[in-house]
Amino acid sequence: MAQVNRVTGKGRVNRSKPVSFTFNGKSYQGYEGDTLASALLANNVKLLGRSFKYHRPRGVYTAGSDEPSGLVQLETGAYTEPNTRATMIELYEGLSAASQNCWPSVRWDVGEVNNLGSRLIPSGFYYKTFMWPASWWESVYEKAIRHSAGLGKCPEENDPDVYEHRHVHCDVLVVGMGPAGLSAALNAGRSGARVIVLDENAEAGGSLLTTGEDIDSKPADQWIADTLAELDAMEEVTVLTRTTASAYYDHNYITAPERVTNHFGPRQQGVRERFWKIRAAQVVLATGAHERPPVFAENDRPGIMMASALRTYVNQYGVLPGKQVVIFTNNNSAYAAAIDAKDAGAEVTIVDTRPSPSGPAFEAAKAKGIHIDEGYGIVATKGKHGVKGCEIAPLSNDGRSVSGKSILIPCDAIGVSAGWNPSVHMWSQARGKVAWDPAVACFKPDFCQQKVRAAGSCNGTFDLAGCLAEGAEAGVAAARDAGFDGIAKAPVAAAEEAFDLRPIYYVPSRRPVGEGKKAFHDHQNDVTAADIHLAHREGFISVEHLKRYTTTGMATDQGKMSNVNALAIMADLRGDTIPGVGTTTFRPPYTPTTFGAMAGQSAGELFHFTQKTPMWDWHAANGAVMEAMGDYLRPLAYARPGESTKAAENREVKMVRQSVGVYDASTLGKIDVRGPDATQFLNLVYTNAWDKLKVGRAKYGFMLNERGMVYDDGVTTKLGENHYHMTTTTGNAAAVLAWLEDWLQVEWPDLDVHLTNVAEQWAVCSLAGPNARKVLEKLTSLDVSAGAFPFMTMKEGKVAGVDARILRVSFTGESSFEINVPARYGQYVWEQIMEAGREFDIIPFGTEALHILRAERGFVVVGQDTDGTVTPMDLGMGWIVSKNKGDFIGKRGFDAPEVARGGRKQLVGLLTDKRDYVIPHGSHLVEMATQAPPVKTVGWVCSTYWSETLGRSIALALVEDGRARIGQSLTVRNINGDAEKVTLTDPVFYDAKGERAHA
Amino acid sequence: MIQVDCPFCGKRNLTEFTYGGEAHIARPENIAEISDAEFARYLFTRKNPKGTHQERWNHAMGCRRWFNAVRHTVTDQFWATYKVGETAPLPPAGWDGVLSKSEFEATTETGAK
Ligand SMILES: [Zn+2]
Repeated sequence: MAQVNRVTGKGRVNRSKPVSFTFNGKSYQGYEGDTLASALLANNVKLLGRSFKYHRPRGVYTAGSDEPSGLVQLETGAYTEPNTRATMIELYEGLSAASQNCWPSVRWDVGEVNNLGSRLIPSGFYYKTFMWPASWWESVYEKAIRHSAGLGKCPEENDPDVYEHRHVHCDVLVVGMGPAGLSAALNAGRSGARVIVLDENAEAGGSLLTTGEDIDSKPADQWIADTLAELDAMEEVTVLTRTTASAYYDHNYITAPERVTNHFGPRQQGVRERFWKIRAAQVVLATGAHERPPVFAENDRPGIMMASALRTYVNQYGVLPGKQVVIFTNNNSAYAAAIDAKDAGAEVTIVDTRPSPSGPAFEAAKAKGIHIDEGYGIVATKGKHGVKGCEIAPLSNDGRSVSGKSILIPCDAIGVSAGWNPSVHMWSQARGKVAWDPAVACFKPDFCQQKVRAAGSCNGTFDLAGCLAEGAEAGVAAARDAGFDGIAKAPVAAAEEAFDLRPIYYVPSRRPVGEGKKAFHDHQNDVTAADIHLAHREGFISVEHLKRYTTTGMATDQGKMSNVNALAIMADLRGDTIPGVGTTTFRPPYTPTTFGAMAGQSAGELFHFTQKTPMWDWHAANGAVMEAMGDYLRPLAYARPGESTKAAENREVKMVRQSVGVYDASTLGKIDVRGPDATQFLNLVYTNAWDKLKVGRAKYGFMLNERGMVYDDGVTTKLGENHYHMTTTTGNAAAVLAWLEDWLQVEWPDLDVHLTNVAEQWAVCSLAGPNARKVLEKLTSLDVSAGAFPFMTMKEGKVAGVDARILRVSFTGESSFEINVPARYGQYVWEQIMEAGREFDIIPFGTEALHILRAERGFVVVGQDTDGTVTPMDLGMGWIVSKNKGDFIGKRGFDAPEVARGGRKQLVGLLTDKRDYVIPHGSHLVEMATQAPPVKTVGWVCSTYWSETLGRSIALALVEDGRARIGQSLTVRNINGDAEKVTLTDPVFYDAKGERAHA
Repeated sequence: MIQVDCPFCGKRNLTEFTYGGEAHIARPENIAEISDAEFARYLFTRKNPKGTHQERWNHAMGCRRWFNAVRHTVTDQFWATYKVGETAPLPPAGWDGVLSKSEFEATTETGAK
């Protein structure tokens, strides 16, 4: 029989449904209802992997989500998942898993040499060993460390599975479906409140699935089934299994990934995991407790596990992990595991650190014929790939040393217990405080500002009757606070004996800490008691330093097993109490969460929306190379087949100067400004005066912030007496609108002005070049001659049969017509323009050509040539600031000493001595290249291009006292060593009088 | 994620809002005349309290309205939100930032706290 450790008549697995699976390439069988851990134990496979640092053989230590060491690589290829806890993987047909962190195999692992040389890799060894030479860090040290230390391997392909998010609200969220959680859900549900109750395991019941105690005079199974049936019948109650409350955020916002199809294996139809985002009015945490292991020499051999886990394997899965079982405990709770193991056919010995244990459990164990070594501790264990025996010795009265003769006990499984830690992770995430309760030697929930209650063993209440009562009270109280009345009715269970725990954290051996065998407190990160002693010797005695120096609790298990033991050992060294050393704050997620679940549907194309102009399809079909600006993707250039982007840009520049081009300017921000006080409002937000502007005329304006610095720019057109069409930069469109609303709503609510975002209502074709007018004339009957349609005016009429607003503005320096049409006609009108322009060799041009064209004319781009520290005067545009009108935003800023002082950076042009040297963007300018560092920067290059029009490199720069330096030389000094001479010039390189735009 | 109670729309997730800093900083009427020190105070000096704070929020992904709020900066509990122009509903000095306004008023009425 293959499943040698299976016990007949025990467990909840379905023996009529065998399930085949492979581990490390070898085939095994388990049953439906098994986890990978229980099925492997059933087959007597105890060695699961190699440890993180020392490559020591490791197996499962728990039977739940707190598992630190039973980690495997699940499945292969795109479906592979690293570091999955064997204790949480439900067995499915064809499951394939493999050991991690071992080479070439888990039984013969080359990295094991790390264990022998462990004296060389103490805590903090990264910091100490790999200091020199610095250049070796990336090339040598990091690679070597990553190869020899680590966990599983990331998948290298895209995740092929589907994930989804669900957003829900509820009155009461109950986390956990053990006795306390079920009792809470039942009582909250009966009040009529909307309840969500969830549990990370496949089945509801929690500890009852192991203990099987009677409730309401019914066997546990029956009580669980009846409770679930009652909850199912409640319309407002949602029951979720396989769902882990992973994160607790502010205002009772909890996220919980649900494993929807994971337990069927890979390649399933539909959603693999569902990420619940829950906003709960009230929360009841019934998250249970984790058994705490004692820290003793060689406590990490496969076959050593928590006493409660051993009992779970026997009772829930019908698996007896060993034939010769030792239970090592300091309290009564582990005696049940000994008795159940004995009943399942094991030979059992109890090693109890207490000098004279007593009570019903003690008597029951004795009556079963179980031998009990009282006042003993385990001082060593034996076995290579699994435990084969343990050495025990009498403990001194204070439990700090051993004396007397050792006894060797042959064994193939050890169940350990040093008490219980309430699972306060979610409480702590909720910003709740915890307090040490010396009576039960654990941290319990204390104050929390959120609407949350803890019930049951996560609240430090460990007896079943107490858990049921607390759950009922918490359920009713939570429902009441959410507005639903009810009377608590607790399910009834028999009284239990107390743990009678005698605290012991580190179990002494015959040699001092650090000189004998390793005693692990953090099994996942391979941290030992000796490491804590080292941290203490080196001064890392605060809990936060201890954690980071030794890496205790920083692995994927978040220190569920290790934290309290680490605190206790440090407290002992410091002569302090455990709460005196402190606690660490738990962070989300409670257990590792897949990125897929967190991303949900927001992957690939749906990761973030792409804003597209109405002419998008045409651009895409005509070689557009796209660039991102805000949420827009817009054409940078239109490359012809075989043409480089750079060549396309130069061709576009040349054609606009020579004939005509058309640019899609639809991305500009557009705001409809309306109301009796619209003009007054513009006077306040722009630097220039708007009172005299006539209907049908337009004006370019700067918006400043209150400090007097340029914030945005654009052209605003007067459409009617109290009606304007404002444009803003593309990237700043949303921010400008919110900013204007701020002024209107908060500062000047008395102004009667309404702002409407019309950015996406208009498509804008900007026709530019000496032949622009000729193209437009073919499409409209309007008189668009220079005399009838002067610069900075607007005409309304038909273009290509479509109602249009045409604006004569120019950002290229050429004669331009900005044709605004309703968005839905954008592509049609664009195509008509291209058709009409064919005889003039019209070309579409992208943003890069536009930027080169405007730089040739010395026009600034706000956000590129300004950086929030630049005034209009710095840009040489003082003319745009009205001297005559009253107040406007930014005016007072001009008087600030920083603005009024001399020596400010000013916009200038740069011409390189080498005509074809295009300066890198952002380059710094210095007086002389030969100066030794530190070299003072006198300015920096903000726009820099190859000018096809001028056949040379041009640039714009902000330079201290720049205008006074025109004609002088500076040097571009770059990080790559470039040192090139430049001459400062006026920022306008082309058509200084602006005649072309007015033509 | 905290919830913000927009006075126009009701409670919504934080992701719908942008934060606007301290509230009730009026733009000086005589801004042209004030001293540089006064101007700097208007621009830069903020209370930044540990505790009760009056602050501005914009329901940017909703009604686009600006409004004010009283929030405890330690607990992130809101005492109240209110419209621009309304008087700030300030909590009594004893507010610990944990209870909501209605809870706090209920406990003080019954003398429980
Ligand atoms: Zn709103």
